[in-house]
Amino acid sequence: MDSALIIRDLEPIFADILDQSDLRLTPESSASNVEGWDSLAHINLIVAIEKRYKIKFALGELQDLKNLGEMVTLIQRKTAP
Amino acid sequence: MPIVSLLFPKSLLARRAGKLNSLIFVVVKKPTQTHRAIYIRSILAKTGMVCGVLMLKVFKAAGVNRAGRVLSEHGWNSVTALEPHETRPDVRYIRQLPAEQLLQKRKRLRRELSEGSLQELRIAVLGGVTTSEVVDLLEILLLASGFKATFFQSEYNRYYEDAVLEPEKIKDFRPDLVYVHTQCTNLRRFPSPGCSETEFHELLSSELARFQSIWNSIHAVAGCQVIQNNFEHPPFQILGNLDAVAYGGRTRFTNELNLEFAKAANRNHRLLLQDLNALSARIGHAQWFDWRRWYSYKILTTPEASLAIAESLAGMIGAMFGRAKKCLILDLDNTLWGGVIGDDGIDKIQIGKETPVAEAYTAFQTYCLSLRERGVLLAVCSKNDPEIARAGFTHPEMVLKLDHFSSFQANWKAKHENIETIARELNLGLESFVFVDDNPAERAIVAAQLPAVTVPDVGSDVSLFPGIVQAGHYFEAVNLSKEDLERAQSYATNAQRAGLEAKFADYGEYLDSLQMSAEIEAFRPIYLERITQLINKTNQFNLTGRRYTYTEVERIASNGNYIALYGKLTDTFGDNGLVSVIIGRIEGSLLHLDLWIMSCRVLKRDMELAMLDALMERAHGAGVERVMGYYGRTAKNAMVADHYRKLGFESCAEDEGSSTWNLATPSYLRKNQHIEVRTRVLHG
Repeated sequence: MDSALIIRDLEPIFADILDQSDLRLTPESSASNVEGWDSLAHINLIVAIEKRYKIKFALGELQDLKNLGEMVTLIQRKTAP
Repeated sequence: MPIVSLLFPKSLLARRAGKLNSLIFVVVKKPTQTHRAIYIRSILAKTGMVCGVLMLKVFKAAGVNRAGRVLSEHGWNSVTALEPHETRPDVRYIRQLPAEQLLQKRKRLRRELSEGSLQELRIAVLGGVTTSEVVDLLEILLLASGFKATFFQSEYNRYYEDAVLEPEKIKDFRPDLVYVHTQCTNLRRFPSPGCSETEFHELLSSELARFQSIWNSIHAVAGCQVIQNNFEHPPFQILGNLDAVAYGGRTRFTNELNLEFAKAANRNHRLLLQDLNALSARIGHAQWFDWRRWYSYKILTTPEASLAIAESLAGMIGAMFGRAKKCLILDLDNTLWGGVIGDDGIDKIQIGKETPVAEAYTAFQTYCLSLRERGVLLAVCSKNDPEIARAGFTHPEMVLKLDHFSSFQANWKAKHENIETIARELNLGLESFVFVDDNPAERAIVAAQLPAVTVPDVGSDVSLFPGIVQAGHYFEAVNLSKEDLERAQSYATNAQRAGLEAKFADYGEYLDSLQMSAEIEAFRPIYLERITQLINKTNQFNLTGRRYTYTEVERIASNGNYIALYGKLTDTFGDNGLVSVIIGRIEGSLLHLDLWIMSCRVLKRDMELAMLDALMERAHGAGVERVMGYYGRTAKNAMVADHYRKLGFESCAEDEGSSTWNLATPSYLRKNQHIEVRTRVLHG
């Protein structure tokens, strides 16, 4: 899936978890610039993303991600046929 | 009874109409009713049907009539309209959401569910693991069943400290209930493989005493009910099958400790046991443990397992506060026996031991009877001729007899009306009932018309009914009569005396018992990665909130103008790893502390004192006369606002959100008393 599409796809999930109905995401979005994206919200985001794309992040795969763009790249890689 | 959406285009409706012959549509007048409509749709969809949510606003005022006309044009001959009552999402909608959906929608659900009159509840959760996920799920489940809970959660793995050593926080919180949530990772010491019987029992009593002192302390300071869970089996059978047999087996140790917990809960009525062992077995260890989450966030379980824990707790809490269900209402045809008695006759219905299907119905009747024997009332609600329905119970193979039913409603009236009659007859509120019916349409109608009645989605396979009813935790029993409480009191006093032995005189003595030992040294290459990681993920115990890249850390490590220290801490529970970092920058006779962080997992261990000792010693050695500390408020570091004051620094400047402190090096006296600091050969 195209990365812009994945970001649109993630928006409602983030909007639910962070409880901000008008949330807009960009590849530069990260815990430091999105309100409410704290470590507890992060746990829920990971659960939701794993279920949404039927993937499992391996231990350590997430710790170096700097922003949503990198997360999307990882999702693309893990969902690639 | 097939269903189709009215929101589908007409052409699609027509195509489906060719295959289907009747319809239920759900009339939704207000957006707040959509939860119920979606719930009805979901339980019907599980039988292979497609149901639509008809928003009346789509059809304006002429909605129902126009919908009816559209439908009849397409050959529909039977239309049932349901009007959902509910204006807030309820327990049935909540219950059918999978864990990840509950977690995703949590904040909105909490807002919507918080409306209305709810019973306030204060729950302290003392966790040996990160408890936030279980608490988040529990909060929603409790809201759905009428409780508005306020939570206190201990810091990660501080359940013992918060219960025994510093119980003031719990006392001040004034909980109605304390939940001690510990898992197999919290057992302090397992027997070694060659363990003798004597050693095994010593270990067992010492572990039990530790928990008893927790329960006793909570009872003493908060005087409330404690829910303690027992332990799941250890994740690995080190000794294979022998693990459950030998004294050196962790499985055997867990089994015996669980038995001791059960005995304790049996003696002490203010201690309730949550059977985590059974929960984990039902789910299965493969679906229970989530090691990635354990290493990442110290959550040991999968979201599904966390939900199972929360559901079981919600059931127990409901029972404690009188919300357990009291009566099971049963349909007859294809629920208590196979077949339709009015059509097939009493000779042809399936019950007994002759066929697999008959056996399954017999088993469900036996399950219902066992519920009755433990005090759950049974009632019948069936669309049937009353005489024929009653005659069914003369069948010789029936396990249930007519006099097992406290109310018997068999007629042609709508089931929700009959359930209201049963409620009046038994003088019970509608919220006391669980309704089991194999027919999804009947379940949907009752669910829509009587929101207070619990309608589990039992499906239509009777062999699964007992398991599904069981999984709902509807009939949890907690005996809490006055007499019970008084008896509990005398046990509690005895237990308290015994428990004091396991308690420490003061906090220092406790810290000594941890046998802590630290390694505090200047940055070394092998740790630079971990140091960088800790700097960038520590938010709470972080004085300046400053972040550093790996390259910057590397540069600091080799720069003589910096005093940069890391600290590792080991205690009797194991190695906590690298948990603290200080970066000090030398400028003339001053040392500026650009960074001071510590992992919250070692809070209140005096590790910061050991770090300060090491820092001051090195600063003095480098000719520094004064150490300058800085606090800059971030969103999350309020806990260290007073850090420098507590360490004896003098304030230079304080304004809103930031402060500057200083401490003279020559007159400094060592502060740490409880941690043995190992030294390595210094370098640089």
